[in-house]
Amino acid sequence: MYRYDEFDRTFVDQRVAQFRDQVRRRLEGELSEDEFRPLRLMNGLYLQLHAYMLRVAVPYGTLSAAQMRKLAHIARRYDRGYGHFTTRQNIQYNWPKLSETPDLLDELAEVEMHAIQTSGNCIRNVTADQFAGVAADEIEDPRIYAEIIRQWSSLHPEFSFLPRKFKVAVTGATRDRAAVKVHDIGLFIRRNAAGEVGFEVVVGGGQGRTPMIAKTVRSFVEKRHLLSYLEAIMRVYNQFGRRDNKFKARIKILVHEIGIEEFTRRVEAEWAEIRDGVLDLPADEVARIHAYFAPPAYEPEGEAAATLARQRLSDPAFNAWVRSNAVAHKQPGYAIANISLKPEGGVPGDATAEQMDAVADLAEQYSFSEIRVTHEQNLVLPDVRQDALYELWQALDAQGLATPNLNLVTDIIACPGLDYCSLANARSIPIAQRLSRRFADLKRQHDIGELRIKISGCINACGHHHVGHIGILGVDRKGEEYYQITLGGSADEDAAIGKIIGPAFSSAEVVDALEAIVETYLRVRREGERFIDTYGRVGAEPFKEVLYAAA
Amino acid sequence: MPLLKDGRLVEDPWVPLADEDPVPKDGPVLVSLARWQAEREILRVRPAPVGVRLASDDSAEALADDLADVALVAVDFPAFADGRGYSTARLLRERYGFTGELRAVGNILRDQYLFLARCGFDAFEVSDARAPEAWRAAMAEFHNFYQPAADGYASIIALRHRRVAAAE
Repeated sequence: MYRYDEFDRTFVDQRVAQFRDQVRRRLEGELSEDEFRPLRLMNGLYLQLHAYMLRVAVPYGTLSAAQMRKLAHIARRYDRGYGHFTTRQNIQYNWPKLSETPDLLDELAEVEMHAIQTSGNCIRNVTADQFAGVAADEIEDPRIYAEIIRQWSSLHPEFSFLPRKFKVAVTGATRDRAAVKVHDIGLFIRRNAAGEVGFEVVVGGGQGRTPMIAKTVRSFVEKRHLLSYLEAIMRVYNQFGRRDNKFKARIKILVHEIGIEEFTRRVEAEWAEIRDGVLDLPADEVARIHAYFAPPAYEPEGEAAATLARQRLSDPAFNAWVRSNAVAHKQPGYAIANISLKPEGGVPGDATAEQMDAVADLAEQYSFSEIRVTHEQNLVLPDVRQDALYELWQALDAQGLATPNLNLVTDIIACPGLDYCSLANARSIPIAQRLSRRFADLKRQHDIGELRIKISGCINACGHHHVGHIGILGVDRKGEEYYQITLGGSADEDAAIGKIIGPAFSSAEVVDALEAIVETYLRVRREGERFIDTYGRVGAEPFKEVLYAAA
Repeated sequence: MPLLKDGRLVEDPWVPLADEDPVPKDGPVLVSLARWQAEREILRVRPAPVGVRLASDDSAEALADDLADVALVAVDFPAFADGRGYSTARLLRERYGFTGELRAVGNILRDQYLFLARCGFDAFEVSDARAPEAWRAAMAEFHNFYQPAADGYASIIALRHRRVAAAE
């Protein structure tokens, strides 16, 4: 993975020193909360319902074992012994003290981490496919370009006061695991007819109160033009994005209001002025960063596959875990092992300091010291030998980390909701917990198959409910928590926005309603059909019927 | 309002004119873009310099052809979070080659000095007597930058490249 050189290190150290001075000015009363707010937000520090919350960047979701161990230490030393992995592949700490945050950031800098631009109206932490570098269906590792974009966007002098926050995602695979089409800018690595590798650039996707799927502005941008093309898009957005209404300030609204043709025309006109200039990306810089993402020293396949097959036959519980949580690797003899952070009754995405330490140890032992964070709020050991999966599984199980439910009904995305967040209308976490208990039976989960449930506690949609196969949105109805259900959303390459099925359900009713939807699916599905396929075939009617017929 | 220019507090010699104010015979004046566009033939031949004030939604392009006749461009920041002026400044400096004074006016924070300077501003309307001290601190906060901008610093990519070239 990428390692800082002296420039990166000095930059992050100086950013911590700058923030330390800002915190000092706040604590000494030189800055009011109003003046301090934009400064702390640019460094990922929020003021939540009960305390400050610090969001730490995990660039494109890649962590080393040493970094994970530091995150565990921070959870113990500065928080209450746990952290929360987020839908942007980051980690949040819910209880740090303001006066201690500079020291916390110094500790992060020791392991080449930071909280730069994890908040604020700037270019946020760039996300990528969690299987980058190990997926069989990949053209090139997207993290090379995510790292280049991370550097270019860090304290960008022109784009640090945008109309609104700005999210970029990159994938190099045909299968979209990074929800690329619901980002402000999405980059798909493509190979053109001449065999050259470049990017399809899509713009204007997003969730929130106006969910939209991104549209293509250019089907092929050469690598050397990556930064100039991005700068052209950002400059058009910075100048023309709406600033009169924060709910209409995202780039998706600009694209929608002027139309993709006019938007594209402006971007192309701007790009014509700056291409072939100082932003030209030198091939040697790409090569320099590429080298950090070279594959590790894989061992020959040997008997790995046969050993795994034998172990699967002899242990059904292990077999169930492999079936749902192990994914095909590009290297023969290896597997991608997914670690679910969605145990029965747990808080989606939460991990204790002990669990983080255990994952760090296991990464060292089994996965070339590398870990990934997924936007589904799980962890990944990307490079595990197939004949080591059994030992790994046993070790994970001892830490409560072997729940075999990846992409199943209890693998739920949920935002922090009203338990923590000052914007929320309703709680998300308890709904996720109740659902995971209701569907705890693993045999039933595997029978239901792939089903993505996503829960947001308000219309800002941090829990991605718009793109859940089943989405749940918390709303406030006269001071009571209600939940609106959407069906048919999807975050992958066939991205779609779910449709509201009907009137919202009370907190007491919503889990029953979800179960009724799942039972209906099981009744009407055809052989081999996933929930989303069945919904695509039969539409909303059978589900409406069972939910609202009695009313 | 005191003026912070190149890191020092200086007297502001420019007289801001409202659109209905009469134009004085001499002395530098600062007018709105609308007034400049309406009266540029008269303003251009005055014996004293003219400056133009751009609102945050005025484009740099609107002034592009006139920059040879303008000694000062003031860009307004109605709120510190309104970042349009950063693009305006870079376009004036980098695309249209403006070399006169580029002044940030309105609501700016000391923590924005570095961003503003990197985009090409060299003068700031400030209300705090401690501004020069804050300016010096802000300018010293970072040694290098990842992006090329209007201040002419080589980007970190360029520095890496140079170092490799020097080693070869």
